[in-house]
Amino acid sequence: MVNFKEIMSRPERLTGGHRMCAGCGGTIAVRNVLKALKPEDKAVIANATGCLEVSTFMYPYTAWTDSYIHNAFENAGATLSGVEAAYNVMKRKGKIDDTFKFIAFGGDGGTYDIGFQSLSGAMERNHDMVYVCYDNGAYMNTGIQRSSATPMYADTTTTPAGKVSPGKMQNRKDLAEIIASHHIPYVAQTTFIGNFRDLHEKAEKAIYTKGAAYLNIMAPCPRGWRYPTENIMEMCKLGVETCYWPMFEVIDGKWILNYKPKNKLPIEDFLKPQGRFKHLFKKGNEQLLEQFQKEVDDRWEQLLKFCEE
Amino acid sequence: MSSVDFINENISWKDITPAGNVYEGGTANDFRTGDWRISIPEFLADKCKQCLLCTPVCPDSAIPVKDGKREDFDFEHCKGCGICAKVCPFGAIVMKKEEK
Repeated sequence: MVNFKEIMSRPERLTGGHRMCAGCGGTIAVRNVLKALKPEDKAVIANATGCLEVSTFMYPYTAWTDSYIHNAFENAGATLSGVEAAYNVMKRKGKIDDTFKFIAFGGDGGTYDIGFQSLSGAMERNHDMVYVCYDNGAYMNTGIQRSSATPMYADTTTTPAGKVSPGKMQNRKDLAEIIASHHIPYVAQTTFIGNFRDLHEKAEKAIYTKGAAYLNIMAPCPRGWRYPTENIMEMCKLGVETCYWPMFEVIDGKWILNYKPKNKLPIEDFLKPQGRFKHLFKKGNEQLLEQFQKEVDDRWEQLLKFCEE
Repeated sequence: MSSVDFINENISWKDITPAGNVYEGGTANDFRTGDWRISIPEFLADKCKQCLLCTPVCPDSAIPVKDGKREDFDFEHCKGCGICAKVCPFGAIVMKKEEK
């Protein structure tokens, strides 16, 4: 069990001075996942291309205090599996004394879409590593293009909302569920709530469970979602309270629901503060909201069944 | 010598590190992002109850914690996003327009 004050007193493994935007959710996710590492353990980080990669590692500056591998969009999973395999050999031969942990970070573009095959391979081979996706629901780095994690009807630069189309026409992919189907030891979905207990506990379990682990963290992006930077915690809370972003974990195949809202809020509460859904609140678009709500309800019901709630 | 000290826009490719490697960690600490700010947080220590709820929400690792207690902001790196002021239950952080 993690102690909040002790965790927050641990040394920062991601320094300031990186060039992520003010109010970025991505670095909040990274900092807090890294806080779950025991201070005496070392880490090797691999990073799929994305905001996080290009802004935390601008040669010759690095915001990472651990070993860090800058690789391409599609192969963070493969790169880190190789490092983990090499470590095991060196450890066996007595060439390394320290304990190393292996963590890959990717945005939703590098995880749900482009890095999907190498992630799937790394998970299936059950390398002792954690893959963390900070999911902000679009390719924010290159200017807000839709990804398979983008929610339906979101206005992005490749799915612009206007007279012809109401934004992205397709549903978002449920990657946590897909990774759970790899039957790995640990899968969890979380976001930023209160004192981050849920995130810290899940990160600790993911890092210290032997074998492959996957963390899916909703990390709002003020630029892409179009909300004022200071409201990030409110965004996360609404995502959870509307059941858009349920918090759950799958431990050795067993689904566990970590939070069930007492009063499930209507999805409008989550969509309304975001500029990317502004068009849904225009007169005549009521059926789009109904459809969005139905999709959220169906997925929530399915999750309850998985969790036997 | 840190690579930050000799690698800059004017260096020839022949003089950079092989494969663009950086041999030490955390060098971004030397880079100032504090000048991005429009608003600046003010820490009112007398109102602070040391609940630390502001510390995990900072995207810029700009709220140092020592032995379970937060200290004043790291203004070298704080970008003034205002998340910390919003989560503080005691009104111990106020955002102000930054005078430059």
